[in-house]
Amino acid sequence: MSEYILEMIDIDKTFPGVKALNHAQLKVRPGSVHALMGENGAGKSTLMKCLFGVYLEDAGEIRIDGKPVRFTNPKQALDNGVAMVHQELNQVLQRSIMENIWLGRFPLKFGLVDHEKMYAETKKVFKELEIDADPATIIGKLSVAKRQMVEIAKAVSYNARILVLDEPTSSLTEEEVNHLFRIINKLRDQGIGIIYISHKMEEILRISDEVTIMRDGQWVATRDAKSLSTDEIIQLMVGRELTNRYPPKTNAPGSTILNVEKLSGKYQPTCVDVSFDLRKGEILGIAGLVGSRRTELLETIFGIRTRESGEITLYNAAGTAKKVWNKDSNQAIRNGFALITEERRATGIFAGLNIAFNAIIANIKNYAKGPLLSNKSIGKDTQWVIDAMNVKTPSQNTHIRDLSGGNQQKVIIGRWLLTNPEILLLDEPTRGIDVGAKYEIYQLILNLANDGKGIIMVSSEMPELLGICDRIAVLSNGILAGILDREEATQEKILALAAKYI
Amino acid sequence: MEKTVDTASGFNWEKTKAFLLNYALYIILGVLIIVVIIIEPSFLNARNFLKILEQASTRGILALGVAGLIVLAGTDLSAGRILGTCAAVSASLLQSITYGSRMYPQFETIETLWIPFLVTLLIGIALAVLIQVFLKSSLGFILPILATTGLGIYYLTQQQTVPVWLPLLFSIFIGVIFGLINGFGVAKLHLHAFIITLGTQLIAYGATCIYIDSQKGGAQPLSSLDKQYTDIVTGRINLGPSIHIPYLVIYFAISAIVLHIIWTRTTIGKNMFAIGGNTEAAEVSGVNISRSILYVYLISGILYGIASYLEAARVGSVTTQTGLNYELDAISGCVIGGVSFSGGVGTIPGVVIGVIILQVINYALYYLGVNAYLQYIIKGLIIILAVSIDVRKYLKRK
Repeated sequence: MSEYILEMIDIDKTFPGVKALNHAQLKVRPGSVHALMGENGAGKSTLMKCLFGVYLEDAGEIRIDGKPVRFTNPKQALDNGVAMVHQELNQVLQRSIMENIWLGRFPLKFGLVDHEKMYAETKKVFKELEIDADPATIIGKLSVAKRQMVEIAKAVSYNARILVLDEPTSSLTEEEVNHLFRIINKLRDQGIGIIYISHKMEEILRISDEVTIMRDGQWVATRDAKSLSTDEIIQLMVGRELTNRYPPKTNAPGSTILNVEKLSGKYQPTCVDVSFDLRKGEILGIAGLVGSRRTELLETIFGIRTRESGEITLYNAAGTAKKVWNKDSNQAIRNGFALITEERRATGIFAGLNIAFNAIIANIKNYAKGPLLSNKSIGKDTQWVIDAMNVKTPSQNTHIRDLSGGNQQKVIIGRWLLTNPEILLLDEPTRGIDVGAKYEIYQLILNLANDGKGIIMVSSEMPELLGICDRIAVLSNGILAGILDREEATQEKILALAAKYI
Repeated sequence: MEKTVDTASGFNWEKTKAFLLNYALYIILGVLIIVVIIIEPSFLNARNFLKILEQASTRGILALGVAGLIVLAGTDLSAGRILGTCAAVSASLLQSITYGSRMYPQFETIETLWIPFLVTLLIGIALAVLIQVFLKSSLGFILPILATTGLGIYYLTQQQTVPVWLPLLFSIFIGVIFGLINGFGVAKLHLHAFIITLGTQLIAYGATCIYIDSQKGGAQPLSSLDKQYTDIVTGRINLGPSIHIPYLVIYFAISAIVLHIIWTRTTIGKNMFAIGGNTEAAEVSGVNISRSILYVYLISGILYGIASYLEAARVGSVTTQTGLNYELDAISGCVIGGVSFSGGVGTIPGVVIGVIILQVINYALYYLGVNAYLQYIIKGLIIILAVSIDVRKYLKRK
């Protein structure tokens, strides 16, 4: 019998443009909670996906109970006692709770799916975990928090010996987190090895026995949780770059250029009665938990979500007020807004098309020369994007999918600068970007503020907001819970506000 | 407070709206029939309705097969042409022995011989179950079909007689082969269903033409079918003086019930919805995606085979153009019946209603004597209207 229930040794994984894992290590003891920590993009989720057979590692060895295993699909992982709660909720929204829980292993009776048994078993799991829900409910009708609890119940119901929880508390309230921790403690007592991924320091120190820290796809340290403090963890996570993670702040906010008054959206989920203003050359951060409707706020301002009530006023250099009501993105662009979306792959880039197309698409009508588009001015503006944003690319004709995440993001920022916006709405602008490239994105954002643009930036990474924003607005359940000035803002204050209306 | 006002006035617009949306299809069907009856009261007659059902039956069975592929967020453009191929094979083997220019003059008799059929069927099912239980292999369906088809071909080469049910097996076999090619393209080659079925559509058409053209007398229609065969398909059960239930309607009903059970009560059916609704969720839950997709295509192939055997006898003659555009009727029936093209949504009762609505439109326009060209325009408009009302249910508003 091996000392460890799970050993992952020297795991390598490369994606086009990014070395996601570089000799990553993880060793988990049975009957313990092992926290896996690191910044976004440090490779935690990738490592877990290698374990679960979603990705196939390029090199390295995975051992369960000392025996080497190599899973090529999730079914093999599940059959070998590995269950996982995924960061993004992988659920079939059109189907019922119980069908989602038993998907892939429906109980059968005479060859047919046994609905009664499925219902009873689900009830049993729910009772044990103290979850209150009818197993026959369509899962898409539940709140995100409930869906997350269902996902946890599903993982538990596999009776796995290794349980991976990838950010299971991202949209849970404190009470639900306590509930989850009771479940985890129970499972630990049963001898299960639990891998717990989270960004929340206090949670980690409360629940875990050991902590492994990763940075840039590499193993940094594995320590006893009792011997660690929050500061030490941050230092290990961030490493040598701690001193200059953010460029020096050089922007100076000027006069007000945008006022949002009691803005509410029409269709759920949406923001409710949000009021704030934005000054020229200011970076306004927007913080909140997952599901706090930060994206919805940006989309309502930009006009791609329907507005129920509220007013948006723009002020020009002379201070003249102009009421605007963006009904679609076209109108928003004409009014000087730009929106850099959260899901770069899904709603940002045109992956199979070249950089020139990706750079000019938001501004396309300005290249019309008669009925045709002028290749010359397109080429000129694309080159401007590449030079000004410092995009590392072999040519204008390179497919954007062949660039790294950071360089893709630079192209998209450049795309929006071509439309000459006054106000930039950035939704998670550094998500999935290497640590080094993040610095460049921060510098770009600061440069834009220096040029007098107003910037609203949504981020889930509090240090990032604290590092480059002038003020931080905190949303809680769609309601503006408060706005903190740079000087007074701390992670604790932001978290307290974020939980205000839950 | 508001709630009491609502009950006092006895009317809740939100609820009414939800009700109207949920039952939109049935309401449309009802309104259609009422409008036709108002225009032409003689329409209200049991014979007309049985006729509509009978006419809807073969395409209905085809639609049951296509529906599963649409739930998988795919489609099938080849269904009609596959039906043509299978129907040609069925008809060619069962031409009346008194017909001089029949395709296979070597056969001297056509027999009913039901006992061997039942025995083969039972052996096939037993084989499938055994393989499923002991080997846990996806060959569970295909092996018995292969085995019985092989046996059937051997039998034909040895005897001068054709059992009337044997071409049904051949028809199913061909349907399954095409279904598996389509399924292989989608599951293993990762082609979009539109593309692979566009290809097999052409292949099936070519095969039909070559087969029909291979007759001694050249490409003549495969007609003069044996009476035993057409009786099985177009016969009726008499329930009183004016009510004759067509066998076809019964076949359609049985197929629909079996499919309904497969969709709602089997792992294959539930996996199909999961894959259509969220492939990634199905994958991380340990569902074998490509095998499940193959199963669904295989089932559709079986249904195409059955529909073809029935359609050949219903029409009474098969040409190279048999089955042309049937897939479009089948797809229309599915979408009218609420099967979502974005995948993961649909029910068998919905498909049945959809197919019937389509046939009611066809029959009623013909019954009212509407200009044939105008019929197309009205049909197109009704399809657009029905589906645009139905999609409101799932529309996500931002």
